[in-house]
Amino acid sequence: MSAITSPVSSRDLAAIARMRIVPRRFYGRWIAAAAILGVLGWLVLAFAKGDIAWPVVAQFFTAPAILSGLSNTLIMTVCAMALGIVLGVVFAIMYMSPNPVLRGVALFYIWFFRGTPLLLQLLLWFNLALVFPTIGIPGLFSWRTIDVIGPFMATLLGLGMNQGAYTAEVVRGGILSVDAGQTEAAKAVGMTRLTTLRRIVLPQAMRVIIPPVGNEVISMVKLTSVASVIQYAEILRNAQTIYYANARVIELLIVAAGWYLIVVTVLQIGQYFLERHFSKGRGERRARRVAVQEDAA
Amino acid sequence: MSAVEKAAASDDAIVTIAHVSKFFGPLKALNNVSLSIQPGTVQCIIGPSGSGKSTLLRCINQLEKIDEGAISVDGALIGYRRVGETLHELTDAEIAQQRLSTGMVFQRFNLFNHMTALQNIIEGPLTVLRRPRKEIVAEAMALLERVGLADKRDSYPSELSGGQQQRVAIARALAMRPKLMLFDEPTSALDPELVGEVLNVMRDLAATGMTMIVVTHELGFAREVASDVVFMDKGEIVEQGPPQTVLVAPSQPRTRDFIAAVLK
Repeated sequence: MSAITSPVSSRDLAAIARMRIVPRRFYGRWIAAAAILGVLGWLVLAFAKGDIAWPVVAQFFTAPAILSGLSNTLIMTVCAMALGIVLGVVFAIMYMSPNPVLRGVALFYIWFFRGTPLLLQLLLWFNLALVFPTIGIPGLFSWRTIDVIGPFMATLLGLGMNQGAYTAEVVRGGILSVDAGQTEAAKAVGMTRLTTLRRIVLPQAMRVIIPPVGNEVISMVKLTSVASVIQYAEILRNAQTIYYANARVIELLIVAAGWYLIVVTVLQIGQYFLERHFSKGRGERRARRVAVQEDAA
Repeated sequence: MSAVEKAAASDDAIVTIAHVSKFFGPLKALNNVSLSIQPGTVQCIIGPSGSGKSTLLRCINQLEKIDEGAISVDGALIGYRRVGETLHELTDAEIAQQRLSTGMVFQRFNLFNHMTALQNIIEGPLTVLRRPRKEIVAEAMALLERVGLADKRDSYPSELSGGQQQRVAIARALAMRPKLMLFDEPTSALDPELVGEVLNVMRDLAATGMTMIVVTHELGFAREVASDVVFMDKGEIVEQGPPQTVLVAPSQPRTRDFIAAVLK
């Protein structure tokens, strides 16, 4: 105890307050940083010396097949996510409904689609024709299932319905996070239940919903690659098709990885601005506004 | 003469509450309560917590559903449509329509957190009454002026003090041009130094002739502004009369005990 404490008398304190302070030295941090930099340098060196034809990577980075695969990946991400969010909102509201049938259906939907692997769901949709050779309304019209549910439809349904089950829980959490007083105040100014949900509850629930849904958009970009098994021509499948022909496996995987990283980076930037928008009247934004007002005053 | 007979005798009442009971599970929150309120008066309701006074207020604008009895507001039976000898429950939209005659101010303000003061005030007129924005913004600014907060039009609720939030909440309710204002312990969640500014706004409002039903613990305000005071305990009206009687010389021992406890 006496070794690390310095006994002082109150008379000394004024003099002590003027003394020079020697900052602590963090030797452990320096050692850890050096070790990690060493490992990184070794990795960079290994890749540089490794058998990777970087010109091939550059050559295929903007190849037509890669770009069309990229566009299919983006289209599928947008469509599946849109379907997932719509289903998520609908099933979240059904889940919270006083009607036991609606609630039961929502519970079943969430249970089924969260409880089975995505790959299995994709295969189920893709092979739906084995169960129902034709679909339609009897007597009015009917199509051959094979014509309707191709790789695109099967992927969209698989990813979208699966996403809806997860998003439903996120949306439900968001709605529950909004104080009940907000709903009462909305009722008191004469809003119907639907207007209250649309104007008051959902906009505030968004603050809670956006961050996880943003993460799910980013996962969705990568999840679309699963659709390569049912012949949907997204970027990974097209990269594979090319390397089956030219045997440049690693180079084409690097091309695909590069594009995924670019897309995800752009999305992360978008997510930042979206989160800022929906934090209206809350937390950091408020602190900044108040600071600005005080500076101005 | 019982309260109901009185209510029946004065058909010009803006609110008539007849034999209303309300249960929360086994708890009887309201027990056969009858009360009628004349237009242009300020009805104060006092009583210990759990006495049912807030519940009674919430029944008037249908935030709570009554289990027995009936309530009429502005000449209309609330919650039901009468067809011969049967009552049919109203739809969500019809109940919303009925709520337009009442404005409500909550203990915890309940301003819409994602909207500025101005947006809070115009939200109802804009989305419910569907009135033109230009017109209602001008009106909303006049209301903000009236509650002394014109400079806070673009502030979010989180940037306002409790007293300021409650004044915006009063302006929000008034923007719907209600015939009746309900106040549910409007100053109970405020720091003591902020109570005065809210009571001042309410005092001004009473002076304009607005019908007000105020659940409050502010006995000074009740004595000064109330036309009539009701003391409730255990879901029942124990005593009713002019403030000089109920607050100064109550006849019931329960009222006396309560007032003594509040003033201590």
